Amino acid sequence: MIGKEGEPNNPVEVVFQVRDLTKIYAMGEVEVHALRGVNLELYSGELVVLLGPSGSGKSTLLNILGGLDTATGGDVTYRGKTLTNADERELTAYRRFHVGFVFQFYNLIPSLTARENVAVVTEIAQNPMTPEEALHLVGLTERLDHFPAQLSGGEQQRVAIARAISKNPEVLLCDEPTGALDSKTGIVVLEALDRINRELGTATAIITHNADIAGMADRVIHLSNGRITEIKANTVKKSPGELQW
Amino acid sequence: MKGQVFAITLVVVSGVATFIMFISTMDSLSLTRNRFYRDYHFADVFVNLKRAPESLKEKIQNVPGVHLVETRVSAYVKLDIKGFPEPVTARIISVPDDGKPLLNRLYIRKGRLADPAKDNEVVINENFAQAHGLDPGDRFAAIIHGKWKELTITGIALSPEFVLIMRPEAMSPDFKHYGILWMGRKALGKSYEMDGAFNNVVLTLYPEANVGDVLDGIDRIVERYGGFGAYARKDQISHRLLNEEFRQLQTSSKIFPTIFICVAAFLLNVVMSRTINTQREQIAALKAFGYTNLDVGIHYTKLVVLIISAGLAGGIAAGVWFGKMLGGIYMEVYRFPHLLYTLHPGVIVAALLISIASALVGTLHSLWRAAKQPPAEAMRPEPPAQFRVTLIEKMGIGRRLTQPSRIIARNIERKPIRTFLSIIGIAVACATMISSGFFKDSVAFMVNVQFVRSQKEDMKVAFTEPTSRRALYELKELPGVQHAETFRTVPARFKFGNRSYRTVINGIEPESRLHLLLDTDLNAISLPPSGIVLNDYLGKFLGVRAGDLLTVEVLEGTKPVRQVPVVALVKLYLGVMGYMDVTALNRLMTEGDAISGAYLVTDPLYSGKLYRRFIDMPRVSGTVLRRNEIRNFHDVQAKGMLFFTFIATLMACSIAFGVVYNSARIALSERSRELSSLRVLGYTRGEISYILLGELGLVTLIAIPLGFFIGYWLCAYIAQALASDLFRVPLVIETKTYALAAAVVLASATVSGLIVRHKLDHLDLVEVLKTRE
Repeated sequence: MIGKEGEPNNPVEVVFQVRDLTKIYAMGEVEVHALRGVNLELYSGELVVLLGPSGSGKSTLLNILGGLDTATGGDVTYRGKTLTNADERELTAYRRFHVGFVFQFYNLIPSLTARENVAVVTEIAQNPMTPEEALHLVGLTERLDHFPAQLSGGEQQRVAIARAISKNPEVLLCDEPTGALDSKTGIVVLEALDRINRELGTATAIITHNADIAGMADRVIHLSNGRITEIKANTVKKSPGELQW
Repeated sequence: MKGQVFAITLVVVSGVATFIMFISTMDSLSLTRNRFYRDYHFADVFVNLKRAPESLKEKIQNVPGVHLVETRVSAYVKLDIKGFPEPVTARIISVPDDGKPLLNRLYIRKGRLADPAKDNEVVINENFAQAHGLDPGDRFAAIIHGKWKELTITGIALSPEFVLIMRPEAMSPDFKHYGILWMGRKALGKSYEMDGAFNNVVLTLYPEANVGDVLDGIDRIVERYGGFGAYARKDQISHRLLNEEFRQLQTSSKIFPTIFICVAAFLLNVVMSRTINTQREQIAALKAFGYTNLDVGIHYTKLVVLIISAGLAGGIAAGVWFGKMLGGIYMEVYRFPHLLYTLHPGVIVAALLISIASALVGTLHSLWRAAKQPPAEAMRPEPPAQFRVTLIEKMGIGRRLTQPSRIIARNIERKPIRTFLSIIGIAVACATMISSGFFKDSVAFMVNVQFVRSQKEDMKVAFTEPTSRRALYELKELPGVQHAETFRTVPARFKFGNRSYRTVINGIEPESRLHLLLDTDLNAISLPPSGIVLNDYLGKFLGVRAGDLLTVEVLEGTKPVRQVPVVALVKLYLGVMGYMDVTALNRLMTEGDAISGAYLVTDPLYSGKLYRRFIDMPRVSGTVLRRNEIRNFHDVQAKGMLFFTFIATLMACSIAFGVVYNSARIALSERSRELSSLRVLGYTRGEISYILLGELGLVTLIAIPLGFFIGYWLCAYIAQALASDLFRVPLVIETKTYALAAAVVLASATVSGLIVRHKLDHLDLVEVLKTRE
């Protein structure tokens, strides 16, 4: 997978192409430059970690890639289709059929069981797996009919992962997936993400401020002050079990 | 919280406004009436008799308890107004020769009193003048004691005796076909050969007088002069009807504001619970800094009082405005010189105390929780909501539910009490709308029963005195008269046990085609050849049933007293009376074949000619057209109904909007994270709207049939509360009333839903990624 610095070895399909991406927020009278001309490609099947401190722009980048936010300048294309000039309906359809999201605080629907939380996505997907299959992939076959209030943090996050991948998305975007968990539980969650990336070949982007997690990625993209400061390919990928923090 | 506070304020404004409107209108009319009575010396007792010498006045004056006595000449006359061909009658009453009545004085709106010596000058009542566009100086003719006479109007007046003018036995005021005239005593007395005599007495009593004893004393004195029975002010028709109006206002002032206050208390409870929940951490921080439980409690109490106060201020202003409007509507029917609008400070204080008390009671539990919550507990995140599989899913019905529908069902079941109260709130809005339509429906039904199913004559002709039945044949001979039936009406007192009631007996022809008696199921029944039929309300009042023997004291002619069997009870919505076969009544009266008048079916082409004939017939005291009675009833009721429909619609909309909007906003704030998450996962705006508003839509759809049920029983209560011997309101609610109520509620709910939908469309999706549950 690892070849020339910043690019995979084998020629693989480009999932995202980002050119001169900028994002400026107005916070009262102050302008915040969250992204200052980012250039990037993300490839099919790879697992990347977006690493950077608070305010580095990593969440903003993920939000734009996920069709949740709009760019101020530059282009983002997904498999050749431009996202930056898509309207609200097109972006909703994009998220619905192509993107899986995993949130820091799980964002499960509290009134639905684990199975139903996954079904919430499979019901509207075009080519989904069954909720049971998705939950099996994350090792929660025994907890199908439990409500989120009855699950631990790690289990909830794994349900969220199952929900995200159940639609067989081409892209999995994870915003601080272990941010609310202790290290032991976090590793369990990362193992699930890793397994899905390997077995399903889903392009996966994980945001984190935790540098230790970067060890499991194919590439690590460092962000600081709205710019990519470094893209580094891991010559040797660690398994999540080997990570420590 | 702006939107929710607005919704609650709207409900409070409505509640306070209706309270102030009804009470202030009642107080204003009462003040206006009392002032008018006092300043214009309204009599306490009224007596009609055939004829008595003026010297009798002294005897009447000597009855213990009597203060002032005034004798008068009074008669019913036919009028002939140029350009108005329909029959018009009037009551003409004398004023003293010095022009100044001692009692029941006249308020002259325009012009002057009539010259007492002139027999061609009159003062007329204001309603009549306005209905015909008459002013001082105008002329019309009257048949006074058989003589056609042209009269000049000198003035237009009001009298405390005729605040509401109703022809005897009429269903509603008829300003165009019935008026009051005042003429000098000398002139009128001469016309009726009453020089030195009188046939009408009005008197006042000392405050400590026993009214019953006075009436008995006067009856004994006037009996031999053809007295029809003295009656007190409480039975005087104008005064009585105004009292009935007050009773209706009082009933309304209790029912509708209560509904609003309860809904407002419920809404406040929900909003305060939510507010206190979301501010747990701030409460904890304040307590950690040393604020006491009392301080926190007082703080949230102030918030409740502030919200209520905004509603109070608006409600008082709206209530005064509506009250003046309602007063104006009443003034078109009830004639006072001016409406003295008054709003007692006590009413405002009552509104304030009731609103605040209800609000505090409604929010007591939430305020208690806020005050009592230990700081440490408040710092911890709220425990996650507990959900479970719903009943319908357990029963297997919900197996095919989509996840969005499942979310709706489980959210409804999680807060059953709040959901139930929301349903009740919306149902009450629906019921309020139904109650306004109910008045219209019941009035339409009453008119239909009274004037279409029961009475079928085109014209009712009354004679000045009981006349031989031969007069019927004369009427039948008139061109244009297609069918005629006689009737005989006598005043009587019915007694059963220790109960008695004074009314009339209507003698009608057996197998009458024009005047049908309807049983309590509104099926026509035959009039039996003997015995008396009472209407159901009178039967209930006296405690009689079919088969019982009723004591009948006739108050006319030889005044016989008889035991008469009650043979049936019939349905009558207006008035109370008894019915007998006309021949049986004649036998009871021992008077041969006398009749009081006739019901006629006429050819419309001959109507104008017939009216003229009856004006010229001395024996005929007046004619009444059935179609005019129907039209009058609707005309008099129309404005009032429109106003009440308008008020009720506003009320229903404010409640429905308040409850739905409040529920939607609370749900949005509680579940915005969940809904935003679904948007991130690819759900469209429409799909998450379904989840949030679908729950409210379902609640509204459940509430509507419940509203029909509550509305029906609310109307039943109102009908029962308004029932009196003057009228009974049938419980009739048309399908279109239910449909309109549902439509208004749905429209209000839709508007609130659209407002919330606008907020849903602008959820911050980025924010949701970072927030904890």
